[in-house]
Amino acid sequence: MWNLLQFELYKIFKKPRTYIAFGAIAAIILLIQLALVINGKDYVKFMVSDLDDTLDIPYDQINNGYWIAFNILNLLLIHVPILVALVTGDIVAGEANMGTLRLLITKPISRTNIILTKFLACVIYTIILLLWMAFLSLVVSVLLFGANDLVVAKENMLLQVEKADVLWRYFAAFGFAAVALIVVAALSFMLSVLSENSIGPIVGTVAIIIVFTIISEMGVPIYDKAVKPYLFITHMLGWKGFFYIDFDEDGQTITGSVRNFSSILKSLSILAGYIVLFVTTAVIIFKKKDILS
Amino acid sequence: MVAIIEVKNLTKQFKDVTAVNDLSFSVNEGDIYGFLGQNGAGKSTTIRMLLTLIKPTAGSIHIFSKNLHTHREEILTDIGAIIEKPDLYNYLSAYHNLSFFAKISGVKISKNKIFEQLEMVGLAARAHSKVKTFSQGMKQRLGIAAALIHNPKLLILDEPTNGLDPQGIADIRNLIISLSRKFGKTILVSSHLLTEIELIANRILIIDKGNKIVEGTSAVLLDPANTIVEVNTTDNASAKNQIAETRWKQYLQQTKDGDIILKFDKSLIPEFINQLVQMNVQVLSVKPRHSLEDYFLSLTTANQHVEPVTI
Repeated sequence: MWNLLQFELYKIFKKPRTYIAFGAIAAIILLIQLALVINGKDYVKFMVSDLDDTLDIPYDQINNGYWIAFNILNLLLIHVPILVALVTGDIVAGEANMGTLRLLITKPISRTNIILTKFLACVIYTIILLLWMAFLSLVVSVLLFGANDLVVAKENMLLQVEKADVLWRYFAAFGFAAVALIVVAALSFMLSVLSENSIGPIVGTVAIIIVFTIISEMGVPIYDKAVKPYLFITHMLGWKGFFYIDFDEDGQTITGSVRNFSSILKSLSILAGYIVLFVTTAVIIFKKKDILS
Repeated sequence: MVAIIEVKNLTKQFKDVTAVNDLSFSVNEGDIYGFLGQNGAGKSTTIRMLLTLIKPTAGSIHIFSKNLHTHREEILTDIGAIIEKPDLYNYLSAYHNLSFFAKISGVKISKNKIFEQLEMVGLAARAHSKVKTFSQGMKQRLGIAAALIHNPKLLILDEPTNGLDPQGIADIRNLIISLSRKFGKTILVSSHLLTEIELIANRILIIDKGNKIVEGTSAVLLDPANTIVEVNTTDNASAKNQIAETRWKQYLQQTKDGDIILKFDKSLIPEFINQLVQMNVQVLSVKPRHSLEDYFLSLTTANQHVEPVTI
């Protein structure tokens, strides 16, 4: 299995399409950082304009590497799934289309091993993509703009997380984001098993994400009650929860606290459930499938 | 004779279509086993079932005396295959393709061994070129090298000469013969090129519409007693009349266009030529034409789409 995994990764990183995602993320992040170097203060003003009259806001202090990383993640994590699907949607269907899948299946490896190794390769690719995003959004932003307290807006509040209390939250948030993106990887992977060309799974994944996003954004009560809580898309932004710091009766923030940790755990378990569902379905289908390509 | 492949009552049903119907055959150790059938006869479906790409609807497959269903991985360790066309990783080099297939076949293989394999199929000089830059013939040869990289006992080659030029076909033919004779490999080979099978196979199976038509040794199937002899003279009509007045009349075949076609034992050809010379027939050529193609067509003419012509 180790040999196969090594080779699956080798194949992924030998394909030019793999680097589209890395290139796109780098381009977007660097553009945002460039814009904030030039116009950072105005952007902060715009972001907190609702609270401008009631609070004395230290704009220069807010516009630091941690705050920029938070905003970049907020913007990107909803679009990165498309980039994940570019590779994970191709991993089985692309081989079926190329004809190499049948050669792979005639080798002395069980179908379960083949398919689980491919999924593992998808997971590793997704994590590497996320680490790339973490490096550019967090490390580069901190290097460019410095580190300071992180100010996060939630509803009509501004939550201030002390500088020393921020970094672990990013680790936790990236861990959560990894699970969220693996759901997308598992979805496109499952669609990839069903298809014999890679366009179908990629478009299919994007279509499902768009439909789920529309359903969850419509604000129709019946959907909000009966459907939205169970859609994986609803839980994908749960990583933000790690930055919503709790505060005591005096309104002082509590270092190391998270306001609604149970909600984060609930989201994580729903996302994990989706991963298990998609991967199990993929394994069952692949084991039974006649390879006719 | 040790049976390497034993197929019993194999059936594959795709919804309403029976692709393979109650097929039984066996391939013995050391055989070059020719697998023939028209397009859609069920050859590829059968081969895919032998390689576990497709699950049979009914029947059993034993390879190396083990049940394929229960000993899949163990059996596949000793099989090398090309299925229809050698689809390799186009974006990788020939060397990396072979290295990968060796690794996932569970064998540790040295760099030298990979180069030896590439040398054997005449691709050592292109070891580090990406497969996408290869011609069809080179891909086919690399496919065979990939099938052989883990030194399997059994080779299953589905249409290995597909898309090759005459030289490429001859190369593959020689390679197959050499693998059988020098290295004792058992080879099951399907091809639509009947002459190729005729040249290399010692046993032949012909299937039609998923059903077995005949299985046997080439020697029996291509019995020289039934050789078709085509005669060409300066005046065929007159020569035919002359032949009709001799004992060779019994061997004359009915033809629509006045060609002289006879069917008799191949060993009688010299005597027949003497007879023509004695009759002062101006002979341009005498061609024995008992080929696998004649035999194949005689068995599968129900599916004939175009009226045969003698050229």
